[in-house]
This record gives sequence, C-alpha cells and structure tokens, in this order.
Amino acid sequence: MTKMLKGIAASDGIAAAKAYMLVQPDLSFSEASIDDPEAEIKRLEEAVNAAKDELKIIKEKAAANLGDEEAEVFEAHLTILSDPELMGNIKNKIKDEKVNAEQALKEVTDTFIALFEGMTDNAYMQERAGDIRDVTKRVLSHLLGVTLPNPALIDEEVVIIAHDLTPSDTAQLDRKYVKGFITDIGGRTSHSAIMSRTLEIPAIVGSGSATTTISEGQMVIIDGIEGNALVDPSKEELTSYADKAAAFAKQKAEWKELKDAKTVTADGKNFTLGANIGTPKDVEGANDNGAEAVGLFRSEFLYMDASELPSEDDQFEAYKQAVEGMEGRQVVVRTMDIGGDKELPYLPLPKEMNPFLGYRAIRISLDRQDIFRTQLRALLRASNYGQLAIMFPMIATVKEFKEAKAIFEEEKEKLVKKGVPVSDNIEVGMMMEIPAAAMIADKLAKYSDFFSIGTNDLIQYSMAADRGNERVAYLYQPYNPSILRLIKNVIDSSHKEGKWTGMCGEMAGDQIAVPILAGLGLDEFSMSATSILKTRSLLKKIDTTKMKELAEKATNDCETTEEVIELVKQYTK
Amino acid sequence: MEKKEFHIIAETGIHARPATLLVQAASKYNADITLTYKDKSVNLKSIMGVMSLGVGQNADVTIAADGADEADAIAAIGDAMKKEGLAE
Repeated sequence: MTKMLKGIAASDGIAAAKAYMLVQPDLSFSEASIDDPEAEIKRLEEAVNAAKDELKIIKEKAAANLGDEEAEVFEAHLTILSDPELMGNIKNKIKDEKVNAEQALKEVTDTFIALFEGMTDNAYMQERAGDIRDVTKRVLSHLLGVTLPNPALIDEEVVIIAHDLTPSDTAQLDRKYVKGFITDIGGRTSHSAIMSRTLEIPAIVGSGSATTTISEGQMVIIDGIEGNALVDPSKEELTSYADKAAAFAKQKAEWKELKDAKTVTADGKNFTLGANIGTPKDVEGANDNGAEAVGLFRSEFLYMDASELPSEDDQFEAYKQAVEGMEGRQVVVRTMDIGGDKELPYLPLPKEMNPFLGYRAIRISLDRQDIFRTQLRALLRASNYGQLAIMFPMIATVKEFKEAKAIFEEEKEKLVKKGVPVSDNIEVGMMMEIPAAAMIADKLAKYSDFFSIGTNDLIQYSMAADRGNERVAYLYQPYNPSILRLIKNVIDSSHKEGKWTGMCGEMAGDQIAVPILAGLGLDEFSMSATSILKTRSLLKKIDTTKMKELAEKATNDCETTEEVIELVKQYTK
Repeated sequence: MEKKEFHIIAETGIHARPATLLVQAASKYNADITLTYKDKSVNLKSIMGVMSLGVGQNADVTIAADGADEADAIAAIGDAMKKEGLAE
C-alpha cells in the first residue's frame, strides 16, 4: 500500500529513488563483569581496528567525492583512535575493574567528553567533544555488531531520510547519488532546506514522521513542489510522477532560456535580480543562473572556515575572486555578521541569554575595530578589480552607521595616501533588519547609499518570534501587512533621497511576495541562485501598474496574511 | 631522564593547532615523554591528554623525557614551542 507523507516544500523538483535511512541504530548495552581481561582487550582492539579500517575507507571516499576539507574530520577521528592516553585508560579499566569493553569505552570517553564540553570558553574544544562522541559510537557499533549509517559510502541513487541533517551530515553526501532529502524536523530556512536548494535537489522538511514511516530501501517519490512524498508507490503513481517530473524539467528548460535575458516586466519596467552567495566559489552558480548582481555576499564563511582570524591578504583574495568572477556586475559584500547563532571557535564570546539580541554583527565590528579595519582594508583593495559595494549588518541607529562609515573613510584615506589603488565608486550601504532602523529609514537614507532588507531577521524581530522555535513558527509571516508596511517605508524613504533598496532575505525569491514587492518599487531582488530564473519568468508576466494597486491594497486594506495571499492570487491569475 | 621547564606566553595557551604540533613532535621519539602542569602529568604523545590539561597563558609546565633519545626529544620539543610562539 502506498503511504503518503506531507511536509514543508523546501526545494523544487521531483525524484524517485530508494530510501537511505540516515538514522542512528540502537547502541544500548549493559554493563557486565568479565573473567578474562586479555580476551576482552583483544575484543576491544579488534573493534578499534575495524573502526579504523572503516574510517580509512570513508576518509578516502570523502576526499575523492567531496574534497580534502570534508575528509579532515575523519583524519581527526583516526587520531583519536590512535591516542595512547585514551586507549591506555580503556584497557586499564578492563584489566583493573574487570568490566566489559563497552562499559570501559563509555566510561573513559564520557570523562573526556565531559572535560572538553566543560571548557565553555573554548568552542574548539567543545567541538572535539563531538568528535570523541562520534568515534565512540563507531567503536561501539563494532563491539555490538550493528552497522552505522555511513553516508560517505553511498554508491547508488537514494533519497536521504533523516530526523534532521547537520552540516557534517551533508558534507559527507555525494551529490551524484543523492536525489532528495526528507527530514522529520526543520523549516524553509533550516540548514537542510538551504543545502537542498544549493544542490538543486527536491526536499521536504518538517514531515514529522519520515524516519518512523519509511524503512531502508523502500521506493520513495519525493515531490518538492507540493511537499508530498509517496512511499512504496504503485506503478501508476510512478508513471504519473514521471510525467510531472518531465513537465517540471520542461519548465526548468524554459526558465534556462531566460538566463541571458534582462529582467523586464510586461509593461517595460526593469528590475535587478541578484544572487546570495557564501563563498567566491558560488559565483559560478550565480552566473549559470543568470544573476545580474550579487546582492549579498556573506563574508562570514571566511571567518567560520578558519582556525584563526583571516588575514587581510586572505580576505582580499576571496573578495577579488568574487568581483572578478562577476565581470563588472555589482557584488555587495556584507561585513562580518558573527554572533547570534554563528560562533567562532577562536573568538570566544560570552554566553548570552538572548544571542540574537546581543553582541553580534556591526556591534562586534565597532567594538573590535582591529577585526573590522582589517576587513575594510581587504575590501577596499579588492574594489579595484570590479564593482564592489559594502554593507553593514544589524545597524539600529544613525550613529552606528555614521561610525562605521567614518572608519571606512579613514581606512580608505590611509590606503590612498600609501598609493594603493582603490575604486572611487564604492557604494556603502546597510542591512535593514531591525524594526527601529526601518522606522527611521528616512533619516538613514541621507547617509546610506542603499538599503538591503534582510527579511529573516526583520520578521523575527518585528514579530518577536525566534525563527528557530517551531512552537512560534506560525508567526514567521512575510506577507503580514505589518511587515509590508515596514518594507514600504524603507523603499519609499530610499527613493526620496535618490537611493535604492534591495532585499536579500528568503522573501525576495518568494513567488507570492515578488508581485507585491514589485508593486512597492523594490529595486533589487537577491535570492538563492536557483530561484532567479523562476522569478525572472514571473516578473516578465506582470504589469507594475496593476501590482502598485495590489501593493496598496495589501498594505492598507488587508488585515491578515491570508487576505494578502488571496489578493495576490486574484491579481496574478 | 631529561627535564625542561617552559613558561607559556601564547595568548590562547596550548590548545588546538599548537597541541597537535607538539604531539607530532613528541611522537617521533621512542622516549616516554610527559607534560606536567599543576601536579598533573600526561603523555605528551596523546593529543587528548595534552588538551585535557587546559594549559593557559602564563602557565609553567615541565616536560620530561625518559629513553635513549631523551636529549634529542627535549631539544625538538623546545624548538616546536618556540616556533609556535608557545614559549620563549
């Protein structure tokens, strides 16, 4: 019998493949006393050796399929398994206390895990606790004779079924074989959802019960457009979905034809569609999808992928590569946005009760000017190689913007004095993501060259609802008239000063929001590269005069999100 | 047995990268090598042991080597300490 599973549609597309359960097996065991410690130590050594052999294969596979960086974590695991202190302690415990290998392993590794996790001022050591936990599981699986899922070893087409996918899980996946994801938890902005859009594979998140309803090897059809999955489908269902997949592929091919087209509406109005990128490598995807700009380059990756603060030269190379890759089209780099949910192992920040309302982004940059100035110098130097723009994240007040801008001007002057070539045409703007800033957009527009609305944060701060908290997820309402009014105020204020406004949050590529935003006069839409062509196709069909009317009704007359959605449907029929 | 004391000057103490490099340096020798800090000794060939000591800035540590190549080992570890900016 076919089973149907519903969830949140996280990434477009349709696929059918066998289920691969990325689920941890039962690793429970009981403590036992043993008579022959020598034999028990031998059992331990065999399990450790088997784990090492497995890790070597995984490491090799991961290096070949995913790159050396992803393979490094397995090298770290191997080092732990060869550690004399750790192994010596386990063996001593077996010898002295005559307990079984499972118990000795657990007790010794628990001590180290507790020790490392206790180093709360040191995120690096806390992460090593995770490595020890992973290695312990692997050895335990060999002692117990069960198999751990090893996603790095997948060598046929599969749909991944998981409770949730972490960055370390997805790092191990070979893109060739993974046809889709279905997870129990998560929302449209969770890691697994963003990852699936980057990989351009269908995904359903927040299904609630994927791991309990589906079992290993079952055929699964995943429909990422509707957010439905069919488990054990009939022949007829497989055929009908194959038709739907073909229709989707055809539509995608049509969109592809718009790759080199300008973004022009039915009544001849121009808009700019940009891509959001995380590393210079993403420029290729942006170009493949016809991006007219990079509306958001998250510079955090430079900080998060490093083991110490990235040097000015390293940063310069990354920014230069991005602006050169865009060949004269604008690249807006957002300065370091650390804090909130993003931590740096080498820059320990005090634990806060409300990290999203705490010491983060520009607040750190203005306080730690050494870090900020290094980044600005790297950006200024890179500006000579293309069209670079800079924006500051989390600006709340006019004073903050002026301070940040003044530091920028100081660094610029110093470089110019030294004879370093720097572009004369760098726009310096800010993210609009704090409601207080959106309310005084008219004042900020006098100083800022442009605004870029970060909707994920703007919505969470306006609604006072943590976007990671599932129990208040219903308050994530991009189309709520309250949010639309804030956006309208920002856009109008910028235009009054002859400036422009872009949007770089999830909402900019949302097919319900785009017509309203076009009506509100948003100048630039920046989104996941894979949403660009779909959005260009949508904008080509609309008439901005009609959309102005729609936007006005949505902001002035509608009371609820539901009414806004209904209105958009009427206007875009 | 060969012994040497070090005063740690690195801001972050002995952790992560420098710890790995010290362990790698120690592992090249046959001698038993220990790191002692605040009366607790660990095997310097064990990254877990070294990191578990949580040696911070301004700590005074003692490294002892016992074996045929003990003198060479202490010299090499001293070099590694200097190279990594851990001690002067």
